[in-house]
Amino acid sequence: MALSTSSNFAKPDDAFRAIVEAHRGLNDEQSADLDAALVLILANHIGDLDVLKEAIALAARRMLDASQQQQQQQQQ
Amino acid sequence: MALTKTQFGYRRHSDQDRAGANVAEHAIVVVGAGPVGLSLAIDLAQRGQAVVLLDDADRIGEGSRAICFSKRSLEFWDRLGIGQRMVDKGVVWSVGKIFHGDSQLYQFNLLPEEGHKRPAFINLQQFYAEAYLVDRVEELPEIDLRWRNKVTGLEPHNDHVVLTIQTPDGPYRLAAQYVVGCDGARSSLRQMVGAEFAGQVFEDQFLIADVKMTAAFPTERWFWFDPPFHAGRSALLHKQPDDIWRIDLQLNRFADPAVEKLPENVRPRIARMLGHDKFDFEWISLYKFQCRRMNKFIHGRVIFAGDAAHQVSPFGARGANSGLEDAENLAWKLDRVLKGISPEALLESYHIERSAAADENIRESTRSTDFMAPNSHQEARLRKAVLSLARETEFGKRMVNAGRLSTPSIYETPLSTADSDSWRGGPRPGASMPDAPVAGRSGEPMYLTDAFIGAGTGFTLLEFSNGAAPELPEGLGTIQVGGLGGLADSAGLAASRYDAEPGTTYLLRPDGYVAARFRHPTRATLDAALARAAGHN
Repeated sequence: MALSTSSNFAKPDDAFRAIVEAHRGLNDEQSADLDAALVLILANHIGDLDVLKEAIALAARRMLDASQQQQQQQQQ
Repeated sequence: MALTKTQFGYRRHSDQDRAGANVAEHAIVVVGAGPVGLSLAIDLAQRGQAVVLLDDADRIGEGSRAICFSKRSLEFWDRLGIGQRMVDKGVVWSVGKIFHGDSQLYQFNLLPEEGHKRPAFINLQQFYAEAYLVDRVEELPEIDLRWRNKVTGLEPHNDHVVLTIQTPDGPYRLAAQYVVGCDGARSSLRQMVGAEFAGQVFEDQFLIADVKMTAAFPTERWFWFDPPFHAGRSALLHKQPDDIWRIDLQLNRFADPAVEKLPENVRPRIARMLGHDKFDFEWISLYKFQCRRMNKFIHGRVIFAGDAAHQVSPFGARGANSGLEDAENLAWKLDRVLKGISPEALLESYHIERSAAADENIRESTRSTDFMAPNSHQEARLRKAVLSLARETEFGKRMVNAGRLSTPSIYETPLSTADSDSWRGGPRPGASMPDAPVAGRSGEPMYLTDAFIGAGTGFTLLEFSNGAAPELPEGLGTIQVGGLGGLADSAGLAASRYDAEPGTTYLLRPDGYVAARFRHPTRATLDAALARAAGHN
């Protein structure tokens, strides 16, 4: 099984909203705790190490992109 | 310790009277009379090899040190004739409990099924294990155990090694076809061959205290994350024989070892843990640990085993047990090579199999250590999430890592013959033989591991009878289950643990690992599997 990156929710806005609302009223520390628990719960639900690793790689590319952008800005 | 001999005398040996280049020549010299060196020497001696065993001290080390000996180690010691003595003295356990704060998160049973001769673990102070091994050594004339013989020089040659040895009578030299370094984490032999020993150093400090007290705690492994008596850190409580309890407390990274080790500083911590201070200290030690291994376990004619070759953190009982697995892996190979019935290349499989096992042990114990002592704020956050999820979910409990306890590795090895038949279970080639209860010819209850010992010290065929009597290669031990004259498997556990049908046959190596298995073997397939397992390929 490969990581699915096509849109899986009938109403993606509802899913995004549900996550946003879960963080409402939390400070950064609490939000980070919530995310940590959420990641572990969802990872276990997926239950496939290869898919998890693909998802981690996809997420980690944000960090890479961010640092590349920073470097480019510095070079300019 | 009254009945246990732990002090031994130096005795001059005639090898020391030889002058100049006329050095005594021996087949095998084992350096280091700890659990690994002693066990290796016994195994080799039982195979008929003469062994010189050198130790730089003249006594068994103090303190409990290693305390958890695994089922696999006990099965090995059964083959050496001392398993029962260890079990009789040891504290048998298989249940572990994990607490977070003041409540229990979950418990595990390492051996949930019946029908094994040996328990998942016994706890036994290392000095008892060593003392019993020395007693066994003294029954074996093949072993020449020389105390206060410290190796100070090593001269490698193509087909032998010359050692320089310091004694109270001055130095002498002797030659050996093979030298095995079982001289511990600070191995001087390893330094003499110039091998690197790099790896990860952990900054966290742990305090080990063995205390004597009578207590009604059950014989289980109890582990706490963030207990009320030791806030923010971890603690472990474990029972040993003689009313001794092992307590392991995680300390601050920056704690001063000299201060922390003082009994007056240790006592209040432990009193808080136990709820009383009616205990005496047997041993206190403060340690940091490292996870590392040698790149190659074999350096010409010098072979390394145990802590000399690899070091892990203590969580998981993977130190002494993996060293004993090294010994059982090496003994039969070295014996066959010295007898000329296997090529020297067989020894390379020792490095392949045991270095992979060391990697596995390092991986497992590093993960446990990182879970107990998170390296960053985010790691601590993830751990907090796991501990909290463990209260409500099964997957959370399974993610809590308070030490994954030692189980034998499954070897990916050139000695194995790949399966060609279809199997739904049973040990695959490279796995160690599972035990099962059986009955002997006159109905006496016994175990498959007993039958394995009875079948001799070489390769053994474990056959599930189908009435046919296949023609067997010579010199092979046999265990027949079922059929006329075979062992009775009335509970059917042997058959189910080996996924056996009539005709199913396992080829077991001398160390009790599966080399090959067949539904219906022929003489040709057996010969080929045997040749491969003996290193002729």
